[in-house]
Amino acid sequence: MKTEVQIIEHDVLVIGAGGAGLRAAIEASATGARVGLVCKSLLGKAHTVMAEGGMAASLGNVDDRDNWRVHFADTMRGGQYLNNPLMAEFHAKEAPARVNELEAWGAVFDRTKDGRILQRNFGGHRYPRLAHVGDRTGLEMIRTLQDHGIHQGIDVHMECTVVEILKEGGRVCGAFAYDRERGRFRVFKAPAIVIATGGIGRAFKITSNSWEYTGDGQALAYRAGAELMDMEFVQFHPTGMVWPPSVRGILVTEGVRGEGGVLRNKDGRRFMFDDIPENYKSSTADNEEEGWSYTQGDKNSRRPPELLTRDHVARCIVREIKAGRGSPHGGVFLDISWIKERLKNAPEHIKKKLPSMYHQFKQLAGLDITTEPMEVGPTTHYVMGGVRVDPTTQMSRVAGLFAAGESAAGLHGANRLGGNSLSDLLVFGKRAGEYAAKYAKEQKALAVNESQVEELVRKTLEPFERSGTAGAENAFVVQAALQEMMQELVGIVRTDAEMRRAIEGLKVLRQRAKKVSVEGHREFNPGWHTALELENLLTVAEAVTICALERQESRGAHFRDDFPKKSDTWSTFNLGIERGGDGEMKLSRVPLPPMTDEHKKIIAEMA
Amino acid sequence: MAKATFRITRGGKDGLKPVDYTTEVGEGMVVLDAVHQIQAESAPDLAVRWNCKAGKCGSCSAEVNGMPKLMCMTRLTDLNLDEPVTIEPMRAFPVIRDLVTDVSWNFEVKKRIKKFKPRAPDAPDGTWRMSQVDVDRVQEFRKCIECFLCQDVCHVLRDHHKHDEFIGPRFFVYTAALEMHPLDVEDRLGDLRKTDGLGYCNITKCCTKVCPENITITDNAIIPLKERVVDRFFDPLRALISKVTG
Repeated sequence: MKTEVQIIEHDVLVIGAGGAGLRAAIEASATGARVGLVCKSLLGKAHTVMAEGGMAASLGNVDDRDNWRVHFADTMRGGQYLNNPLMAEFHAKEAPARVNELEAWGAVFDRTKDGRILQRNFGGHRYPRLAHVGDRTGLEMIRTLQDHGIHQGIDVHMECTVVEILKEGGRVCGAFAYDRERGRFRVFKAPAIVIATGGIGRAFKITSNSWEYTGDGQALAYRAGAELMDMEFVQFHPTGMVWPPSVRGILVTEGVRGEGGVLRNKDGRRFMFDDIPENYKSSTADNEEEGWSYTQGDKNSRRPPELLTRDHVARCIVREIKAGRGSPHGGVFLDISWIKERLKNAPEHIKKKLPSMYHQFKQLAGLDITTEPMEVGPTTHYVMGGVRVDPTTQMSRVAGLFAAGESAAGLHGANRLGGNSLSDLLVFGKRAGEYAAKYAKEQKALAVNESQVEELVRKTLEPFERSGTAGAENAFVVQAALQEMMQELVGIVRTDAEMRRAIEGLKVLRQRAKKVSVEGHREFNPGWHTALELENLLTVAEAVTICALERQESRGAHFRDDFPKKSDTWSTFNLGIERGGDGEMKLSRVPLPPMTDEHKKIIAEMA
Repeated sequence: MAKATFRITRGGKDGLKPVDYTTEVGEGMVVLDAVHQIQAESAPDLAVRWNCKAGKCGSCSAEVNGMPKLMCMTRLTDLNLDEPVTIEPMRAFPVIRDLVTDVSWNFEVKKRIKKFKPRAPDAPDGTWRMSQVDVDRVQEFRKCIECFLCQDVCHVLRDHHKHDEFIGPRFFVYTAALEMHPLDVEDRLGDLRKTDGLGYCNITKCCTKVCPENITITDNAIIPLKERVVDRFFDPLRALISKVTG
């Protein structure tokens, strides 16, 4: 019997309803396009809600020396100059307008004394630049976009997973999906698709990412013929919770350090002062007093070393832990309670500035951050790499396939600055929506190949057929094995030998994934969902490993124990991944896009 | 390691029944950890919603030992593990499967509420000026993570099923955030009185009690909205003036 497949038509299909997806959908529908928005969870639950610190935009409300040129230079320096300079320029120039637009849609940011949007300090940003709402900025952003978007006539398909992008004659023509609630199949017909599915954090064991982050968008695009880029650059956020075990990896915002929190080892030493990279020496405080006054808004002070870029702070923490100077549960101490020595009403101040951190530690760890230090350690947080896109339109090399936000590559280079993600989502979400709608208007609708759909139905249901067969595997067990292996062998400190083991391990895991069986039926069945996501996780894990093995240097978030130095030979290209004719992953070196004279001038001036 | 038993509601439209699962419990575990462990060990098709696992997304709402809770923020050490811990789906909404309920009604309700409408910008560059004290109370409401536990506990929905006439605490908080937004110029008082059923709330404050974000729903949102509605529609002096002036 033929399985029933529901057909739904849109001009633009947006996959993913976090910040980038919502912003893309809003923009596309504002042009009059019929827009469908698909998300794996309920609307408003996407991982964007977890963003805490803020969104970077050179509004200059707190320090009027700030402007797009400084923001551009900071982003490029943070990314170790592997960023796409044009994307960094667009981002720096357009972020202020995108933030102000959110206010026009109802967002309520914290205020300066003169009533404007308040901005806070963050790692790698020269001036206070992050528009924020306490430490729940992501929630504010997603709710604002959601509440604005629902009045725009966007068709939202909640709890729906896209399994494959459909193409006809080299162009995108739709997507094959199933709804998670009932397990029914759907074909979305659309000439333009925007991928906005976020990251790949679930490929690792310790992560701040939710279950949704299984690299779906990257893998969908890869299978559809797009190129992935910069996949070796996985950001390990320096501060995740480490205790108790069940909360390991949950994010502790950089805002804690922005508000004056300090990192100490078990001997009480502020170890971040011990290793300040050369290119940040002139802008980093060399004593505790200066660092403190910086966090309190003194414009003449330099930032404390705790606010160096995330890759560096994470490595310093690992060094302390490996040297046996860590905290009891394998982290280091992050202390904000010490500010009581400097501020009256410190406990109230902390609760006001960092309410969810207070709440999170109180409830999950039984610890009061206003009186005790937290224990923290690195956690997989973000992937700088993703789908390679055109900087202006966000279209990949597949006609009609766009990508924005974390699932796209280019803006962040080798390391993302905190706060540049939320602004990335807005700036490039808007661009992707705008150009996808424009592209869709110029296209004629394409037919969907029915036999391809039938084949996809069969493949999607396969795990049920293996139920009860000999050697059947459990999806959760295979997923956990992958996460353990990636954490151990392709984590924060990498070596050639370990990554070669990972490549072999991935082959074994692929075989095991083919034997995964599922019990029960198609209605809201997490075992089935996990089984289907495995292929995507394996694809992104392999891409990360291949690129990380290839890059024989340490740069940004990518650290090689066997090549601990940055090398000029590796500074002129990004690493690309595409699907070869034989179905195997093909690695290539993509020359860096040229900088304009203005880019060069700005970088020379600001260095 | 110690073991504990969890009595989890299983099933869907064809009927629900509690099923006992015993699993090991360790330090710092929350209810959602136990559910995940059970899923991985013995019940891979056990349906449960979750996302952030840090109390920020509001996905994993359920009733733990009869109390509406976020499973990710309910620690096992706060429960009596000598008895089976019951985990049931929210009752104010129809069950889809196991612990997953159909909360789509909430999304439909939100669409009906008039959207944010700002006054003209204050500055020539198109931006506004607001002072922190004026946004404080709105920021409290905007902490809402839409877990719908307040909807679940509210007797008007839970026991009296007034879903067609009453929007529930979540959307009174939402409306309050719009009505008290310093920039908003829209008027929602007529809707609150007529279509939103504000009058059904008899301020038992159950919603405030279960709110994981500690929003003082009743005192700060619902009661001020009731006062505004009363001022507008039931003020005798105002009624007299409007009668005279037509």
